[in-house]
Amino acid sequence: MTVTDTRHALPGLLPGLDLVRADFPILGRTVAGGNPLVYLDSANTSQKPQVVIDAMVDHLERHNANVARAMHTLGAESTEGFESARDKVAAFVNAPSRDEVVFTKNASEAINLVANTLAWNGPLQVGPGDEVLITEMEHHSNIVPWQLLTERTGATLRWFGITDDGRLDLSDVDDLITERTKVVSLTWVSNMLGTVNPVADIARRAHEVGAIVVVDGAQAVPQMPVDVQAADIDLLAFTGHKVTGPTGIGVLWGRREVLDQLPPFLGGGEMIETVTMARSTYAPVPHKFEAGTPPIVEAVGLGAAVDYLAALGMDNVRAHEEAITAYALQGLASVSGLTVLGPQRAELRGGAISFELDGVHPHDVAQVLDSRGIAVRAGHHCAKPAHKRFGVQSSTRMSSYLYTTPAEIDALVDGLEYTKKYFKVS
Amino acid sequence: MDLDALYQEIILDHYKNPHHKGLREPYEAEVHHVNPTCGDEVTLRVHVSGAGEDAVVEDVSYDAEGCSISQAAASVMTDLVIGKPLAEAMSVHETFLALMQGRGAVEPDEDVLEDGIAFAGVAKFPARVKCALLSWMAWKDATSQALDQTATPVTEETR
Repeated sequence: MTVTDTRHALPGLLPGLDLVRADFPILGRTVAGGNPLVYLDSANTSQKPQVVIDAMVDHLERHNANVARAMHTLGAESTEGFESARDKVAAFVNAPSRDEVVFTKNASEAINLVANTLAWNGPLQVGPGDEVLITEMEHHSNIVPWQLLTERTGATLRWFGITDDGRLDLSDVDDLITERTKVVSLTWVSNMLGTVNPVADIARRAHEVGAIVVVDGAQAVPQMPVDVQAADIDLLAFTGHKVTGPTGIGVLWGRREVLDQLPPFLGGGEMIETVTMARSTYAPVPHKFEAGTPPIVEAVGLGAAVDYLAALGMDNVRAHEEAITAYALQGLASVSGLTVLGPQRAELRGGAISFELDGVHPHDVAQVLDSRGIAVRAGHHCAKPAHKRFGVQSSTRMSSYLYTTPAEIDALVDGLEYTKKYFKVS
Repeated sequence: MDLDALYQEIILDHYKNPHHKGLREPYEAEVHHVNPTCGDEVTLRVHVSGAGEDAVVEDVSYDAEGCSISQAAASVMTDLVIGKPLAEAMSVHETFLALMQGRGAVEPDEDVLEDGIAFAGVAKFPARVKCALLSWMAWKDATSQALDQTATPVTEETR
């Protein structure tokens, strides 16, 4: 059986999965002694469809120029390519205005932009006595920037805990969200536990006390429909390379009135209105936050990527993820000595499943799987506090995406049984 | 990919039954080293007697959490350095380091490295070299701290 065998007719799988897979050239390559690649590390980075690769190559071959500065044909074409990517991204997350989409380097930079500018003089400035609320299940990139902010400003960092079944512990929400809370920042979908958090509910509570709501969408935006207006959040960070786009580009979407109240982040070209030797005034959003030459070809690639996802339909992508995740949870449950961390029901989670295998360290699991062409991640997945919560130092993580087949999950389960035999654990 | 080249039987034996594991007294220095990319951790103590050319590695004790390669490396290292004159132990360390950084091109010397030759295959897996070196680097760090301390011994007056 090959990994493209789709004889398993799971309800919910993307229609024409073979054709979808054919869009991703890398999925056709072999690794490790001729084994077909079984790529189960998409929460780390997704693979890229040909249409994204072609859009970037075409831009570099035919339209390359700097944006918004060059008064020639190529400059106009490049600007058009770059700015139309902003339109596509705005539509993809249902932003009310294209001007609310700020391009950054990655999701981390997007969160750092917010956490830094909140420390500076302005109407939203965080200070002593204020509280910033995060959760124990965050990626380090949604923990460390807030630690830096609170350490620098004298504010207090607080966090939601995690329940035994891997959900956000909301039992002390009344104690945690108070008049002192200025910022609530949380992940929409956990990169380690897979948990999908009730972002809209928490946003409502946070808004009742006047706090702003920042959402780390790095794992959510790739795999489920995200509507920033329906969720009623204030800021959303995500990255290009997890939504089938390139590395080097991230997105900060922000409600206009919030972005307007934040001071500029990096100073430089393109973010100004006018400059004198003594002082400057600043361009309106989004350019206020885009100093210097932006990642142009990366934006073009990201635009092609979100177009690709929109054409597949994010409801379909989510249904596919849920079907594959349910199938994977079932397969993993058949492996004795294996413990899945996080919610056990597919409808409560995204496509990242972290697990422990008794008697075999995650690095060794990943190494043996790699020898069979199966790519997973081993380690703390940049979520050390969440691992500590469950008393484990590290875990193995499989993460599926829209191109994952049931046969690939079968290959993983077989690979895990082989791993146990190799390390002589029963 | 030859998995057996990486996971030699000797490595798996040391992983299942590590030698000299556990934290013991006396010791002059204790260090805690972490591999930030994967989270492997080792707490390691050294007990060195004598000074200068007469220094001897009396004991190396450790508590570690990590993969088979890092655990086995700690076990083999203690076999190799405990009881040796410090200069000789450092020389073994250099030999092991050269093997690990040799990208699989260095022929291991069994007379010097004993069970350590089993790690020759690890050198072909660049991502795992740091696993094999974690406890060695901790030992080197702890030993250097222990020597600093013997140079200026902690006394009641300086305490």
